[in-house]
Amino acid sequence: MTMHIGVPRERLAGETRVAATPRTVEQLSALGYEVVVEEGAGALSSFPDEAYAAAGARIGEPEEVWAADVVFKVNAPDAAEIERLHEGVTLVSLLAPGLNPELVETLAAKPITALAMDAVPRISRAQSLDVLSSMANIAGYRAVIEAAHVFGRFFTGQVTAAGKVPPAKVLVAGAGVAGLAAIGAASSLGAIVYATDPRPEVADQVKSLGGEFLAVQSAEAEVSSSGYAKEMSQDYNALAAQLYAAQAPEVDIIVTTALIPGRPAPRLITADMVASMKSGSVIVDMAAAQGGNVEGTRAGEVVVTGNGVTIIGYTDLAGRLPAQASQLYGTNLVNLMKLLTPAKDGELVLDFDDVVQRGITVVHRGEKMWPPPPVQVSAAPAAAAAAPVKAAPEKKRMSNTRKLTLTGIGIAALWLVNAFAPQPLPEHFTVLMLATVIGYYVIGKVHHALHTPLMSVTNAISGIIVVGALLQIGNGSTVIRVLSFVAILLASINIFGGFAVTRRMLGMFSKG
Amino acid sequence: MTAQSIADAAYIIAALLFILTLAGLSKHETSRQGIVFGIAGMAVALAATVGVAVQNAAAIAVTLLFVAVACGAVIGLWRARIVEMTGMPELIALLHSFVGLAAVLVGWDGFFSVENNAGQTEFAGSLLHIHHAEVFIGVFIGGVTFTGSIVANLKLSGRMKSAPLMLPGKNYLNLGALAAFGILTGVFVGSPDLGLLIAVTLVALALGWHLVASIGGGDMPVVVSMLNSYSGWAAAASGFLLNNNLLIVTGALVGSSGAYLSYIMCQAMNRSFISVIAGGFGMEAPTSSDTDYGDYREVNATEVAALLTNAKSVVITPGYGMAVAQAQYPVAELTQKLRDRGVDVRFGIHPVAGRLPGHMNVLLAEAKVPYDIVLEMDEINDDFADTSVVLVIGANDTVNPAAAEDPGSPIAGMPVLRVWEAADVVVFKRSMAAGYAGVQNPLFFRDNAQMLFGDAKSMVEEVLRAI
Repeated sequence: MTMHIGVPRERLAGETRVAATPRTVEQLSALGYEVVVEEGAGALSSFPDEAYAAAGARIGEPEEVWAADVVFKVNAPDAAEIERLHEGVTLVSLLAPGLNPELVETLAAKPITALAMDAVPRISRAQSLDVLSSMANIAGYRAVIEAAHVFGRFFTGQVTAAGKVPPAKVLVAGAGVAGLAAIGAASSLGAIVYATDPRPEVADQVKSLGGEFLAVQSAEAEVSSSGYAKEMSQDYNALAAQLYAAQAPEVDIIVTTALIPGRPAPRLITADMVASMKSGSVIVDMAAAQGGNVEGTRAGEVVVTGNGVTIIGYTDLAGRLPAQASQLYGTNLVNLMKLLTPAKDGELVLDFDDVVQRGITVVHRGEKMWPPPPVQVSAAPAAAAAAPVKAAPEKKRMSNTRKLTLTGIGIAALWLVNAFAPQPLPEHFTVLMLATVIGYYVIGKVHHALHTPLMSVTNAISGIIVVGALLQIGNGSTVIRVLSFVAILLASINIFGGFAVTRRMLGMFSKG
Repeated sequence: MTAQSIADAAYIIAALLFILTLAGLSKHETSRQGIVFGIAGMAVALAATVGVAVQNAAAIAVTLLFVAVACGAVIGLWRARIVEMTGMPELIALLHSFVGLAAVLVGWDGFFSVENNAGQTEFAGSLLHIHHAEVFIGVFIGGVTFTGSIVANLKLSGRMKSAPLMLPGKNYLNLGALAAFGILTGVFVGSPDLGLLIAVTLVALALGWHLVASIGGGDMPVVVSMLNSYSGWAAAASGFLLNNNLLIVTGALVGSSGAYLSYIMCQAMNRSFISVIAGGFGMEAPTSSDTDYGDYREVNATEVAALLTNAKSVVITPGYGMAVAQAQYPVAELTQKLRDRGVDVRFGIHPVAGRLPGHMNVLLAEAKVPYDIVLEMDEINDDFADTSVVLVIGANDTVNPAAAEDPGSPIAGMPVLRVWEAADVVVFKRSMAAGYAGVQNPLFFRDNAQMLFGDAKSMVEEVLRAI
């Protein structure tokens, strides 16, 4: 039986996204599903109905769409939409089950299955379905674009005939997915970017995107086990506040991204700090929906303070790139369906042994499944994970002092032998040493692909030991002759065989 | 100008030619020229030595000499002609053992012509003591190389179990053998005796055997290049013994090159060089052998063909399994066919794929895969995320995500090809058995991975027919 997927038009005011794009429709069809898209569903994301039709979707009335076996939504359904959910349907949407217990109850009252795309556990296997990451990425980028739009100057520094332009300074608070996206966008516009985060291990990620990491000098280093940030102690917060207070007058743009799941956003920037900023500075508060990181933010609005600082509190930053957001959200859904359709036969199967599938299931056939059992994630390998590893032998990397000592002993031994040995030993050592060094440098340049020919040719060359046997064979006794004979025979096999086989191999290498 | 001085001059030329040989091998373009230098160098050295040797030798010795060289040449050329490219590691290991044995024999010869020859006048005083030590060292290194290479050969050809031999206190056995060598050398320098020489030969043979027997099959690329290095040092030791600079130079070149190669290999596998050559890697039991990895999915050749024809880019990561199945020809044909259709096909080679450094490159070259689409791990690893399909053909440990993600895995930290980042991964495998390192591979149970069971060669051929 082929299941139908229905994609209704989003009815929430200001929502521009849609849960499927022509490209994801193709991928869903490849998994064996039939897709029904409501008329005009993709219009605000610049995906016309014809494009969906061309990709293999049916364009239908709302009734048809809601009659499908699986319904893909972006926003949680409103009362009217919940009304339309028929028995046995599977709803896939952003539901924020942790924040909306009433919604969970309402859904659980119906004989349906509801999957929350924003409840995907943060494990590497589930990254391809992680909507929060994909949306945060877009939002972080857009936050910088919004700031640039309001900011009255260039981001990049320039020296022009009309004078020198200093680069803008951007401070990004929080180096999660959104923060990193903002760092990347701001630094590619040419700004000088600073970033802060309670987790010291993100310093490298910040650096890799062109930002500079400002560490809060605190003893408390956070290692997160859930992959999300947690609330920090008083002591840490006081030190962080000092850092922000020092930075606020210096920078032109501040982007705050600090969110703690299920809690109001932490207050990072106080009214005093805002007041200390230069006129024309811009703050983008990406946590505005949860109350804001900045004192004076109003969700969904742009506020200009008395000293000329613009505070942007948009809550729909991802939706402001509708085509991109729809595409990424749609792909997350496709990846979910890949997981749920192991046979690729258009048959949706839920497997609760899989922590990912269990984690996103809020309601299953009218039965409330929220909250799921906790999943321990190792976003950073925590100390607990290190315990079983102890059994493994510790890799011994020689310390520098030990290395130096050993080298010293080696050199001393070499000196001793040569100082006391009669000729020709010192001469031999000279030759040995020089040849060893030459060998090392010559081999260091050999191409990786030629290692096998290299080995067979050195093999052939080490057949030079035949010289020894050749010189000895003429030397009297029968024992020596027999031994030398065998040695010559073996070494000759080596020489001839080694060269021949190397030639054969090299003959095969050809350029395309 | 005597025959000896002519030979000495020729040796210098030969040594230079050998250095040029190795230098030539650094690039594909100059590699063939390099081998010509090598052959020329060897010819010069042989001609010069034979010139010296025949001067004051009996007719019987001269005859024996030429018979031995001729026999060796015939056998060597014959083996080189018939060897399969997949059998290259075994052959090379065997050739190493010859050098080792030859070094032992040269050492024994040295003993019979000096220590056991009361009439000799060439050496006296401290020079004689040095000669004693040189005989011993040469025999010891040669002996270790000989049995070590024999064991490597047996393991590579499957005639001996590839799992590491685990004798109790094996590190002490190795150290004990070294200590015994030291003591025997001391005694021998004081009073040379045939019994001591036999004893040290036996100790060396036993040590070589044990060293390599206690190294697992997965580490064979390192072992083979390490034995290469030993065979070089054996030759150099003979050079000390015979007062011959050419032997010293050549031995040192081979010795340092082998050591450097094994060092590169070890880095590629994230192992300590010392622990591999001391035969001590991976001795702890795998911690999570009974983990439930979930289910794997099987596909058939037709589905793989469909996947490939719709792909934009394909990366093929071959391993030893491709070599065993001789699948390189159909793989090359598949590559050609896909490239003709505009699919971007490349190869990702792990540094330790196969049983010999560069093994996969040789096989692919044999099948006429252009070498510019054959990339190293570092060159290709970042591209997997943008790759539509990865074909894993007979590789296992080198594509194991456990190395990157499971700190408790025995291969944890080993750099691997991150094939699992691609949209689809098709694994060609004979069965679900674990790889050489004996570690289960979670890749097979990933959502984007599918298994195609069967002999790699016939499976690739089936895919070819279906395209």
